[in-house]
Amino acid sequence: MTTAVTDPSSTRAAKPLPTVGTGRWSRTWVRVTVVIIAALWSLPTVGLLISSVRSANDINSSGWWTTLLHPFETTWTLFNYQEVLGANGLFDAFVNSLIVTIPATVIPITLAAFAAYAFAWMEFRGRGVLFAVVVGLLVVPIQMTLVPLLQAYNSTGLTGTFLGIWLAHTGFGLPLAIYLLYNYISQLPKDLFESAFIDGASHFTAFVRLVLPLSMPALAAFAIFQFLWVWNDLLVALVFLGTDSQVATLTARLNELVGSRGQDWHLLTAGAFVTMVVPLVVFLGLQRFFVRGLLAGSVKG
Amino acid sequence: MIHTHQRSAGVALGALGAFAATVAVVWAGLAVLSSPTGLKDTLVRVYRWVGLEGGAADIDRYGLTPTTEKMALAVIALTLGVGGVWALFVTVNRLVDQLGSSFERLARPWVFVAPALALLSFYLVYPAIRTVVISLAEREEGAGLAANYRSIFTEPDTLAAMRNNVLWLLLGTAGAVVIGLVFATLVDRVKREALAKSFIFLPLAISMVGAAVIWRFVYYWRPPAEPQIGLANGVLDWLGREPVAFLQTPPLNTFALILIMVWLQTGFAMVILSAAIKGVPDELIEAARIDGATELQVFRLVIVPTIRGSIITVATTVLIAILKVFDIVFVTTGGRFDTDVIANRMFQELIRFRNPGRASALAVVLVVAVLPIMVMNVRNLRRQGVGA
Repeated sequence: MTTAVTDPSSTRAAKPLPTVGTGRWSRTWVRVTVVIIAALWSLPTVGLLISSVRSANDINSSGWWTTLLHPFETTWTLFNYQEVLGANGLFDAFVNSLIVTIPATVIPITLAAFAAYAFAWMEFRGRGVLFAVVVGLLVVPIQMTLVPLLQAYNSTGLTGTFLGIWLAHTGFGLPLAIYLLYNYISQLPKDLFESAFIDGASHFTAFVRLVLPLSMPALAAFAIFQFLWVWNDLLVALVFLGTDSQVATLTARLNELVGSRGQDWHLLTAGAFVTMVVPLVVFLGLQRFFVRGLLAGSVKG
Repeated sequence: MIHTHQRSAGVALGALGAFAATVAVVWAGLAVLSSPTGLKDTLVRVYRWVGLEGGAADIDRYGLTPTTEKMALAVIALTLGVGGVWALFVTVNRLVDQLGSSFERLARPWVFVAPALALLSFYLVYPAIRTVVISLAEREEGAGLAANYRSIFTEPDTLAAMRNNVLWLLLGTAGAVVIGLVFATLVDRVKREALAKSFIFLPLAISMVGAAVIWRFVYYWRPPAEPQIGLANGVLDWLGREPVAFLQTPPLNTFALILIMVWLQTGFAMVILSAAIKGVPDELIEAARIDGATELQVFRLVIVPTIRGSIITVATTVLIAILKVFDIVFVTTGGRFDTDVIANRMFQELIRFRNPGRASALAVVLVVAVLPIMVMNVRNLRRQGVGA
């Protein structure tokens, strides 16, 4: 957790700090406030992490914060993880989450990149209206679609299948994907395309050879959004996949664990951390792209 | 176009064949995935086909080990999901290459946009319209057309959920934006800015289910005689106060749940607002300081008005996220103890009570709330002249 957020704007020279004597905001107080807020924000997660590696007995007999002062008076153990991954089925759920999330990230990016290219660089009837519709769909709450979709899924047998949830996440993610990628792709220099077409390239070649490589930052930004969104989603997973252990995702399993073992904090803390580990790694590793994506404007339906 | 001279019967047939083969492979793969015994049956068939009768019988009798099966399914699913969509695009484009050039020019844009538009229509446009219809049509027999709406606007349960939603919207949005703004302003003046931001930013990666578990633990309550293991009651204990059942005591519990959302969303507000603050011209701030403004006045009279646009954008985005909040309530209290919100109510009506009519009516209420934002977005787009 030491990697730092770098947003593009901070590459500029830091703003000169106020010289001594400006106002009553002493620098010490600013620093203290920042540290306090940062600490308050991290404490809940720290408590979870510490508890997940303490024995069930210790968790129940003393607060996790006591280990900060007396680190050797508690039993540290990885048993909690062994138990949630095995007996409580979180390993299977982990694999399911991967199976759901990776295609549900790649498919919408592919479809959206093609569509965004067409909206930006191809002539066809209804282009303006269709793009306005896409933007309008950005804020439609998913709840608005669940009832008819579930009925359609039940009658076609798509409920509880990976294909069904890939397509659902694709549909829900497309407006933001098209919008973000359009903003990027439409800003690419025009000359680039003109010279490619003069050289005889087709739109397909231009798209694959020019647009995709040049749009990597935007593609990466959306990929991270969508990955985090799908991995962390509970609503869509519960409605379309359900809780059968063959298909249930991590979030769905963790929710069940809360229902069935609601007081067993050694399991819940370890379970929660298992669900968090992949997003945290993705996030900390790629946050440069993530921040760029956020700044490019994010309104997700 | 350079490829016109390639147009010959052989190439066209090849393109058609490639497309047909892709569709067939994807179709077969999906069939394997969609049946619980799909993988086993397919393996048995493959073994028989290559003449390994014994192996086929073994698999048929004992099946695969769960881990092998899971991993094999994962590999098939990933290849299919990721590779399938690309193979389809490539082969369809090859097919379009074979059309006459005038046809080609007409057809190509649609090859690019049609898959996305088809999914958007099926997953968003059509269901949204259908939901309105269901909300009116699926009602108790003999009841009036607006029966579902009448009941959700008169029953105490749903009214309480709506009241809670309003609280969430006001306090949650204000909390995330104000704390995000204050932190962004302060952090602009410390040395290890990026590191400090990471701490606030990190919860953005955590799922609402995960956050719900984290905070259930923070709020955990035990009778006064036992040691308190939840952080919040630990602090109360240390102060010599009685422990409080944060999640079971209305109206405190709703505020406790809103705090979880603020914890998750503040990082988002902070990042956007921090970038906006860095965009405020230094001369403006310096001029105010030279005129004798205190730092608080600089913040209130220079920084905040300059970044008003960003504040509105952030507030709108957080507002939309909060309006749809479901997981937090669902996992912590399930809507009991007077903490229900519309999105959770909607889920319960749909999945638990199997009442599509009322579920749809609740969804429509959510959409009506975001309609002004939708109109504003499209109007902004028009003003920029994008896509018009």
